[in-house]
Amino acid sequence: MSTPTAVPKPIAGTSGWLDDRLGAGNFLKRNMRKIFPDHWSFLLGEIALYSFIILLLTGTFLTFWFKPSMGHVIYDGPYEPLKGVMVSEAYASSLHISFEVRGGLLMRQIHHWAALLFIAGMMVHMLRVFFTGAYRKPRELNWIIGVLLLSLALFEGLTGYSLPDDLLSGAGLRITQGVAISLPLVGTYISFFLFGGEYPGEDVISRFYTLHILLIPGILVALVTAHMILMWVQKHTQMPGKGRTEQNVVGAPFYPAFMAKAGAYFLFTFAVLAGLGTFAQINPIWLFGPYTPADISAGSQPDFYMGFLEGSLRIMPAWEINVLGYTIPLSVIIPALVPLGIVMTGLALYPFLERWITGDNREHHIADRPRNNPVRTSIGMAGITFYGVLWLLGANDEISANFQISLYATTWFGRIAIFVLPAIAYVVTYRMCLGLQRKDADIIGHGVESGVIQRLPHGEFIEVHVPPAEDIEAHMRGKEAIPMIDGAEASETDGVPPRGLRGPVGRLRARMSQAYGGEKIPLDAGHGNGHGDGHGEHHAAIGSGTGDDKSLTH
Amino acid sequence: MFRITAGRRHPLARYAVLLFALVLAGSVYTLTALGDQSADAAIATGKVDDVAEGEKLFEAHCMSCHGTDAVGTAAGPTLVGVGAAAVDFQMSSGRMPAATYSGAQALRKPLPEWVTPEKIRQIGAYVQSLGGGPTVPTKADVSTEGADMAKGGELFRANCISCHNWVGAGGALTEGKFAPPLNEATPEQIYEAMITGPQAMPVFNDSVISPQEKRDMIAYIVGVRNQTDPGGFGLGRIGPVTEGLVAWIAGISALALAAIWITAKKRQTND
Repeated sequence: MSTPTAVPKPIAGTSGWLDDRLGAGNFLKRNMRKIFPDHWSFLLGEIALYSFIILLLTGTFLTFWFKPSMGHVIYDGPYEPLKGVMVSEAYASSLHISFEVRGGLLMRQIHHWAALLFIAGMMVHMLRVFFTGAYRKPRELNWIIGVLLLSLALFEGLTGYSLPDDLLSGAGLRITQGVAISLPLVGTYISFFLFGGEYPGEDVISRFYTLHILLIPGILVALVTAHMILMWVQKHTQMPGKGRTEQNVVGAPFYPAFMAKAGAYFLFTFAVLAGLGTFAQINPIWLFGPYTPADISAGSQPDFYMGFLEGSLRIMPAWEINVLGYTIPLSVIIPALVPLGIVMTGLALYPFLERWITGDNREHHIADRPRNNPVRTSIGMAGITFYGVLWLLGANDEISANFQISLYATTWFGRIAIFVLPAIAYVVTYRMCLGLQRKDADIIGHGVESGVIQRLPHGEFIEVHVPPAEDIEAHMRGKEAIPMIDGAEASETDGVPPRGLRGPVGRLRARMSQAYGGEKIPLDAGHGNGHGDGHGEHHAAIGSGTGDDKSLTH
Repeated sequence: MFRITAGRRHPLARYAVLLFALVLAGSVYTLTALGDQSADAAIATGKVDDVAEGEKLFEAHCMSCHGTDAVGTAAGPTLVGVGAAAVDFQMSSGRMPAATYSGAQALRKPLPEWVTPEKIRQIGAYVQSLGGGPTVPTKADVSTEGADMAKGGELFRANCISCHNWVGAGGALTEGKFAPPLNEATPEQIYEAMITGPQAMPVFNDSVISPQEKRDMIAYIVGVRNQTDPGGFGLGRIGPVTEGLVAWIAGISALALAAIWITAKKRQTND
């Protein structure tokens, strides 16, 4: 590396000119060296960000040729099996983009794949934030923005999916209308308002078009910006480790290290999307055919992110109530609103519920390892299982047809599994978390197997254990007890519980706090030589190995 | 050889071995599964004693379920009036004889040794002699010469895809029944299925869908299934289910690996 001598004149001149007018120098000086912590899972949100950028670019391309009109035309393009068929202008223009516009099909496919990765990226990012507790104070608002982004993205996906006006998306639109019209009192009005009259009407495509390309993306851009600014200002959380505290951030500076990594990751995302768009056919609307309300296909499915709603609709028994001559179709309202409500509301409220239960009002900048908060992790896994069962059952006809399982059997499996499997997932996860905590305690207490077998003078063989690597130990020691409300432990034994823990709600809160909080498996418990001796030489381990410590002798 | 040995403890070695084993197993399966005979239902020129021959074959292979004189038993329906078209459809697709079948409906399977186009024709002639019924379509009946694919597509979407899916990929029905994929069905079998209504399928006779319209539909089904997917791999053409799987398994996995790889690269510092 040569030492830099002087800034070249063209650069110094330009930057000086800009700095005099924008005063950007100070801002950049402060922000270009911003430190970002390094962990692979911190990049998952960027999948969504970069997919969103690619969505904006490819989407703009598509608008140049797409005609958001339900006016009827006779298809007269190069796709022979549809020649002479009456289709909507939206469908005809989508076929035009696919078959006649240069690069059009590639753009359409990248756009659609990017939509899938946009939402999948948001999901994995959200799971990372959830399981590491990165939503805790001061980041609750950014978490809420994230939940809003996810909800809006689902709606953005739904509107975009409907635009080509093909038979498959029409089925989704029909279900949307079914949900709208099933709402008590206002259903009919909402449906007529949305579709400009009787379904399907002539308006819905152009209305969805405005929502899809203007309104929702506008809000998305605003929220994404807010999300990024808040993340920037509040700084990123970091995983526990050597030298990492609640007051610092350990990592690489934005410029040049993090910028290079982020740039490379954008290129990776772009490469994956371009690769999928090139090699994997998606949404072949020419095979589906144009939408007519009279036709419906077997295997009609929504895109994956709507699959859980499809599944809940499919496993719902056909219940309905008739009140005073009005029908309330529970078989549509419940599956459409309840799982969505559980998932989205649950996500939005979780930080506040957790704070209420733990009474933890401190700021957190060090992320939890999922094992160290077993209840949260188990709730998360139960939620994933709940969502996963619904998602799986959304494809039950394909599962049935392709694996020769009776469709009714899959439905009944779903009806039972939706209640049983989340409970099983909770228990299993909880035990796994405790098991992993024990493993950590074991490593801190006894060190790790060195692979060296020693023979003692009296003939016994032992395996020498060595202290864990410094960084790994620091990572493990980042664990701290989950807080409990003051007095929650005492409330049952002592006579008078503290204020706020009285009454049924207070007692419930105290009990939940006790279950949620506390240190279940202390890292240094039960080993007199545990704490300081972690750094001791191996004879210390041998010494304890001959006595009470069975894990050292094999 | 030395280089391979040196690399065997490489972190990627186990994946390479796994990949190699998978490719090997896949190739062997592909090669051995190639000898799949096609169910060609071409009918040879007729013989005078087809009915008598057919009766003998019927008694040997079909009577245990379909009963004496094909009047049916608890195990199998009567064949009086189903016609030679039904016999040809069921036998040429391997659904009948269904000695080992259990489940909601008979499956397409490879033909037994003895089932040849001639034997099928003879049994068909016998069943036809019992009470008439739809006859086997001629080459002209299923010819797609001059057929209107687009018109056939509209009829296909209106009448068939609610069970068979938009490209005839098949679909699930109630009570364990299913609509089979149309990928292997010959034009004759498609035609026969429409006029005889096998298993759960309704009958689309000539007054519902004219012979010309049937030819249009066959042209559409065969044309679309032979079409090269313009967008890359078709992913089974079953729509968002496989697309979602690819997005997660290929897309998110690849990007997660990329993230791990990128963050594993640490700057070398001297402090």
